[in-house]
Amino acid sequence: MATVSMTVNGKSVSAEVEGRTLLSAFLREGLGMTGTHVGCDTSQCGACVVHVNGEPVKSCTMFASEAEGAEVATIEGVAAEDGTLSVIQQAFQDYHGLQCGFCTPGMVMSAAALLKDNPKPTEGEIRKYLEGNICRCTGYHNIVRAIMAASGQDVPAVAAE
Amino acid sequence: MPKDHGIGASNKRREDIRFLTGNGNYSDDINVAGQAHVHFLRSDMAHGNIKSIDTAAASKMPGVVRIFTADDLEGIGGVPCGFQITDRHGEVMQEPAHPVLASGKVRHVGDPIAAIVADTLEQARDAAEAIDLDIEELPAVVDMRTALDAGTAKVHDDLTSNLCFDWGFVEENAGAVDEAIKNAAHVTTLELVNNRLIANPMEPRVAVGDYNRSNDESTLYTTSQNPHVVRLLMGAFVLSIPEHKLRVVAPDVGGGFGSKIFHYAEEAFVTLASRALNRGVKWTSTRSEAFMSDAHGRDHVTKIELALDGDNNFAAIRTTTLANMGAYLSTFGPMVPTWLHGTLMAGNYRTPLVYCNVKAIFTNTVPVDAYRGAGRPEATFQLERVIDKAARELGVDPIALRRQNFITEFPYATPVAVEYDTGDYNATMDKLIEISDMAGFDARLAKSKANGKLRGFGMNCYIEACGVAPSQLVGQLGARAGLWESATVRVNATGSISVLTGTHSHGQGHETTFAQVVSEMIGIDENQIDVVHGDTARTPMGMGTYGSRSIAVGGSALVRATEKIINKAKKIAAHLMEASDADIELKDGMFSVAGTDKSLAWGDITLAAYVPHNYPLEEIEPGLEETAFYDPSNFVYPAGAYACEVEVDPDTGKVTIERFAAADDFGNIINPMIVEGQVHGGLGQGIGQALLEGCVYDENGQLLSASFMDYAMPRADDVPFYDVDHSCQTPCTHNPLGVKGCGEAGAIGSPPAVVNAVVDALQRNGKDVTHIDMPLSPHRVWSAMNG
Repeated sequence: MATVSMTVNGKSVSAEVEGRTLLSAFLREGLGMTGTHVGCDTSQCGACVVHVNGEPVKSCTMFASEAEGAEVATIEGVAAEDGTLSVIQQAFQDYHGLQCGFCTPGMVMSAAALLKDNPKPTEGEIRKYLEGNICRCTGYHNIVRAIMAASGQDVPAVAAE
Repeated sequence: MPKDHGIGASNKRREDIRFLTGNGNYSDDINVAGQAHVHFLRSDMAHGNIKSIDTAAASKMPGVVRIFTADDLEGIGGVPCGFQITDRHGEVMQEPAHPVLASGKVRHVGDPIAAIVADTLEQARDAAEAIDLDIEELPAVVDMRTALDAGTAKVHDDLTSNLCFDWGFVEENAGAVDEAIKNAAHVTTLELVNNRLIANPMEPRVAVGDYNRSNDESTLYTTSQNPHVVRLLMGAFVLSIPEHKLRVVAPDVGGGFGSKIFHYAEEAFVTLASRALNRGVKWTSTRSEAFMSDAHGRDHVTKIELALDGDNNFAAIRTTTLANMGAYLSTFGPMVPTWLHGTLMAGNYRTPLVYCNVKAIFTNTVPVDAYRGAGRPEATFQLERVIDKAARELGVDPIALRRQNFITEFPYATPVAVEYDTGDYNATMDKLIEISDMAGFDARLAKSKANGKLRGFGMNCYIEACGVAPSQLVGQLGARAGLWESATVRVNATGSISVLTGTHSHGQGHETTFAQVVSEMIGIDENQIDVVHGDTARTPMGMGTYGSRSIAVGGSALVRATEKIINKAKKIAAHLMEASDADIELKDGMFSVAGTDKSLAWGDITLAAYVPHNYPLEEIEPGLEETAFYDPSNFVYPAGAYACEVEVDPDTGKVTIERFAAADDFGNIINPMIVEGQVHGGLGQGIGQALLEGCVYDENGQLLSASFMDYAMPRADDVPFYDVDHSCQTPCTHNPLGVKGCGEAGAIGSPPAVVNAVVDALQRNGKDVTHIDMPLSPHRVWSAMNG
């Protein structure tokens, strides 16, 4: 066991972890932050995406100890303190970009990372970027639309094509 | 002008807020105080005799609480099957025991052999490594086509063979069908495989057992589409726990697609272990475990023959199928290739004679059961592929051939035991031609050609029977359950409402749509209505969500319960306003006396019901809460027409979906946004089946496609935007909302369109390819092209 310290959604946390404890497990079981989901064990599905020092990371692929001193952002920290949804979260609701909700935290975190680097992605760029996030419910249609809407693009026009 | 509230409005989903903010409450988010964790040691062999299981060293490992094997489960029942098929000779199916932990033999990779309960999951996993197993490997039965041959190993030694049943439907028609095929002007034959799939909801299964010794109650938190069914099956058949001592909670569930209908051994294990250890016991499936323990889907090998007369009218269909049951019978496994498959073989067409033979086979593979569509995709695929092939052989337009044979008058009794109440297949075909821009195909074809790509167009129709199901009918067919649904409408004193439904929402948005129905009927704001589901302690007994049944059956129960509420509220209003019941009108949440200016608000009535000071207590009970159970008189029959355009890369065989259009008739619609989302999701899964997904076992029964690295799930860049339309609406004639189901249509209707399109692309380029089995991987398509 070793002590690991990091900042999660702006708050400092510190805990004893085993060397083999994954960041996803640390968040879920150590901190009780169950918004980050684990959908596979081969780093394929992306339900566990969080941001570490501003970069999207599959938290099931990183040891908690590797996040020592890092700034970690999770889905719990995306909405405003008063509960107001972020632009991306609101677009996911407006465009029905989620159904069962299990992949959603990872989708939102990946979308946020995409739009940070590419504020107006094309449909093709969005689809390619989401290669590491699997959704089984939506057929991706409304996820892509939601991300286009969140980036200020005209969604009905693209959907009709 | 689209509606902005009530039935027909595209309300945003209220459940989204918790999912978008990380506040969902999924089963793995639930931990009970002092819980232990269980890890299942699973067979890495497909078939073998268990000679010994030595747990002595493992039991002494740090943190180990107890290790269970089959020897510890004496007196515990097996996992039951919920459907019994009677075969074409009048014999009931062969039904093997399905022990909670493997007993005597292991029968598939993933069969649980031992359950290690420890303080932490890591300790349980570590201890599993120290268990000494001696298993004598036996030849595995993998290929259904040789499973019945003499000399093939038997999956179950106590059964006479690997044949579960040999079903014929309609058996009395068999001779007439043979005769019609013999005498037909033209017969088109197609042999195909409906590929084995894995549902793969993104949330792996979880089961948490929590026993309370003080009142002898067990609670099971589980990833289920139907918690009451799990309570019934597990309580009555496996653990002998009466229902009033067993609570099953299915909280937020991250997708199901059928795979979370079934009662699984792990649920029974955590419940019994929690009782035995007087401690909570939790199991969370890894994805790798999910691949080898969740029920798989499809896996049919089929030959279909379509006979046509000299005028191209369909004369008869004969189809024979080998259906994989896997190693044990899952909850609804036998129902899928029979009553959910044979009954759909008429499709949208007037075919006077149909005969369907299904041999269900045991193999050393994971049990096979319902996956989105369940039997209906298998029926639709073979029928719509053989029609396309027939059109090519006859040199006629595949759309014209379909139109010529459409059923156009309703109700229509098919030769396969179901009666379609309503439909308009020409209307959805017309709509498809419009939304798919069929007229623009030639221009797109030329463009593809200029880019060095082969382009093809494929379409098909579909019909499905869903809204399962009339209890008396399915009882005659072999169901061991009723398939009604329930709803309680609990009106609170201040007028807010809790709807308690026996259905379960795991992505379908019932919390939003069910509130829309009640809001429409009473005329109060949807925000005053909450919908509760997924807890046997809170909701009336219900049969859950699958078979596109929630709005058609559960919604009907909800309407009936709300009608009772309105009737009683009107009586109260009549008393308070000193009028006759018959003169009370309800509009927008106001009760008024016809022809007067007297009126009372909803809240006045609900308060009076609970504060009955001026109240006809001699005539009406106080309170305002009603329950209804609704048993449908027929299935519902959504139908439609789908079209796909593909490009094929001639150098690699890679197929890309360029366009996909779906014109559906779902009858009346409660929330168009949610309906479209359901179709999108179904299309994603159907395209996945057609192009990408395939569960593969090697000849030794090793599961080769056992992770997301090996089993190709559709990703965002594998699919296009879809053009979907549901404006053709022929309302269901036998349920109060006039609704049909929409959950499975996309997955049922889309695979044949994709394959038809790829065959079209190859044929247009002079390749004599009439069929390619799914998934249409680049390798398969390239091989077919280069024959």
